[in-house]
Amino acid sequence: MNIQLRDRPEASASTGIKTGIADCDIHPARATKDELYPYLAKRWHAHLETFGVHPYQGMMGGPPYPKAQPNASRRDAYPPEGGKQGSSLSFMQKQLLDPNNVVLGVLNPLDTGQGIRNQDLAGAICSAINDWQIEKWTSKDSRLKGSIVVANEDGVSAAAEIRKRAGDKNFVQVLLLSRNVEPLGQRRYWPIYEAAQEAGLPVGVHAFGFGGNPITASGWPSYYIEEMVGHSQCQQTALASLVLEGVFARFPSLKMVMVEAGFGWAPSLAWRLDKVFDRLHAEVPHLTRKPSEYIRDHIWWTTQPMEDPESRDHLFQTIEWIGWDKLLFATDYPHWDYDEPSRVLPAGVSDANRQAFYLDNAKKLYGIS
Amino acid sequence: MARHVIAPVDELPPGTRKFLEIDGRPIAVFNVKGEFFGLLNRCPHQGAALCEGPLIGLASSSDPGEIEYTKLGEIIRCPWHGWEFDIRTGQSYCDPRRFRVKAYPVNVEPGTNVVKGPYVAETIAVSVESDYVVVDL
Amino acid sequence: MTSPIAGGVDCDLHPAVPHLTSLLPYMNDYWRDQVTTRGMTDLISQSYPLNSPISSRPDWRPAQGKPGSDIADMQRQALDTFGTAYGICNPLYGVQMVFSEDMADAFCRALNDWLVKEWLDKDDRLRGSIVIPVQSIAKAVAEIERCAADKRFVQVLMLVMGDMPLGKRHYWPIYAAAERHGLPIGIHAGSAYHNPPTSVGWGSYHIEDYVAQAQAFQTQLTSLIVEGVFARHPNLKMVMLESGFTWLPPFLWRLHKFWRGVRMETPWVDRAPLEIVRSNIRFSLQPVDAPPEPDTLNRLFDHMQSDELILFSTDYPHWQFDGDDVLPKGLSPDLVRKIMIDNPLATYGRLKVRETTP
Repeated sequence: MNIQLRDRPEASASTGIKTGIADCDIHPARATKDELYPYLAKRWHAHLETFGVHPYQGMMGGPPYPKAQPNASRRDAYPPEGGKQGSSLSFMQKQLLDPNNVVLGVLNPLDTGQGIRNQDLAGAICSAINDWQIEKWTSKDSRLKGSIVVANEDGVSAAAEIRKRAGDKNFVQVLLLSRNVEPLGQRRYWPIYEAAQEAGLPVGVHAFGFGGNPITASGWPSYYIEEMVGHSQCQQTALASLVLEGVFARFPSLKMVMVEAGFGWAPSLAWRLDKVFDRLHAEVPHLTRKPSEYIRDHIWWTTQPMEDPESRDHLFQTIEWIGWDKLLFATDYPHWDYDEPSRVLPAGVSDANRQAFYLDNAKKLYGIS
Repeated sequence: MARHVIAPVDELPPGTRKFLEIDGRPIAVFNVKGEFFGLLNRCPHQGAALCEGPLIGLASSSDPGEIEYTKLGEIIRCPWHGWEFDIRTGQSYCDPRRFRVKAYPVNVEPGTNVVKGPYVAETIAVSVESDYVVVDL
Repeated sequence: MTSPIAGGVDCDLHPAVPHLTSLLPYMNDYWRDQVTTRGMTDLISQSYPLNSPISSRPDWRPAQGKPGSDIADMQRQALDTFGTAYGICNPLYGVQMVFSEDMADAFCRALNDWLVKEWLDKDDRLRGSIVIPVQSIAKAVAEIERCAADKRFVQVLMLVMGDMPLGKRHYWPIYAAAERHGLPIGIHAGSAYHNPPTSVGWGSYHIEDYVAQAQAFQTQLTSLIVEGVFARHPNLKMVMLESGFTWLPPFLWRLHKFWRGVRMETPWVDRAPLEIVRSNIRFSLQPVDAPPEPDTLNRLFDHMQSDELILFSTDYPHWQFDGDDVLPKGLSPDLVRKIMIDNPLATYGRLKVRETTP
């Protein structure tokens, strides 16, 4: 027997996932700073070099809360050819898509025009990102589908971008972030929902973003862990806003996906909304149904970071409160809090629920046959 | 338990690590300041290639804000979820009662004192004088 | 329904200040003149608009005046009805909302003196919470020291939404003073409105503000745990008041999961978050954000992995339940005793077991 020493371990072999899975939260990255320039008008190249993106937070070159790993990503996900984690299609295929038998991968670009203050620039970057998704990713691997990113604070421009992409099979959803200038139910965002409904596209709301508000209702916390845990609170509040402002009453066929913010909190939030609605419904007469019913009919949840109680019964009971038909498996590749497909779901799940969790719910929601 | 000669010592200078497979099991061997350590390259949590993580120190604190930093270079931090394991014992520092990674004894033995496996024999044959890194597995 | 037992501790009662002018007798000449000369208006928080259904149960709403402003009403509707041995008064008057720490201090002192005179002196079942001018640590600590001499004050009261996350070291002298005097810190729903009332900005509706209280408690619990408040003050208890509690298990799953990954960022957190909650954090019973089926609630208690976390409360006069259904259906007699008597007595060190006739 020959023992071979390597500087890096061999790439992962098949994880034993036999049937195909959908990964509903993959983050494609740019290998170089100027990878987007071919898709951006010339005026913006100099603008970006001179002023940066000018976001709703103070740091020029990085996140206000330093991440747990470089680029918030797995350290083993650097492509051999160089560049950031998640920036190489071939390495993504080798490390994620092939070994895990991913048949549908939903791309959620995060480093886009969202959360920046100049809305002309926001729109230009978002449109460029959408072109880049087609050119670099979805046209090269039919398993991958893109998310239309839009200038989130400019409803008119956002709606125009959605209409421009409507019907393009490279895209399966519109993508927003949870933290914006206002809670997501506010009217400034309605043109986005209107256009998404018209195009028959779900709207994904991914945890993160900056909108100029302190990230807790008591100001700025100290630690990265507070931001990470806090994404679930931001998402809860954003969802409460969507329900209470009547977005689902106004856009009855709109579907939304809560991405990477947990799902364990959903039952408690829905119970609280129903209880308070029972007392205060007079303030929100535009709601014609109980809040929990809007949530049940309009909201899906990606699974990562998977809820991880000590007792699997607690997990299963929580999922039963939400519905096995509402969860969409996601890895969050290449981010550090990645969920490994073969390790996420404990034993004791029926084949039908397993199939729904890993693949069928996503195919149905995103209209993939 | 068999003993496997995996490399001459000078292929693993201080500050380096090597990855290998023995009987299908992924292993990593580290040289930390002249001491050798071996770990199964699989995180007990979700199965990441644990040993691709950085070697850091152990942050501990008996009073908030005051940090003691010890065991420098002896804590392996998982490249995925950041769980920390003591490279000497495999002990987890994030949830010590629930998780432990398998540590393998790694010895440096004189070249004349090793079990003779196929690779070993071959290696011994070329460098009888030097010391070899040996894994017990 | 589940019947309450006599001798319980009601940990969340809200006596209402009739008007800012009611506090004038408890202010010095300068502040009395400030209030009157400048025509200051009543300090009613947006968190609880007077006529909002949340702010008072319909059958507890008085013919005139603010709900909770009449001690005879509170005695009849809350204390007598539930056979309460002790009732802890948590005034929610908007004294923390003002932006001047001097004014806040004067108003807090007046409020605490008013509570003693108008409530604690009038019913020996009643106990008080010390309301503090949180913007000034020195003044807040001084007010704790001043009031703590009266053993009828059994806790220090803060709002869940203030200027900064509550775990920040800035606030620790308050916690040291509370721990020194054996006073838990009660953290009550409500915002000083010094920040937007949600972590994603200003919503349109009162109902959003109220729903968002639960998320604010979650972020505060993260802050308190990861900043190391209980590593420094292991004997300090904190009580989440009107917080809801059904969110706790999934919240802890998430906090635990990320703590495992970034433990090195806050290495003084050397116990699992659930263990810290078990030793230092308690929750008032109302509101119970769960469906009425006993099965669901008992599963939630199972998810909480402890029967020591919940403290009996009516949240009087707020509208959280109807009739005598203060205890949700399906609680075992053992759990009822823990919630109503054992857990509060173990939390509030200044309360002594008191036998009462049912």
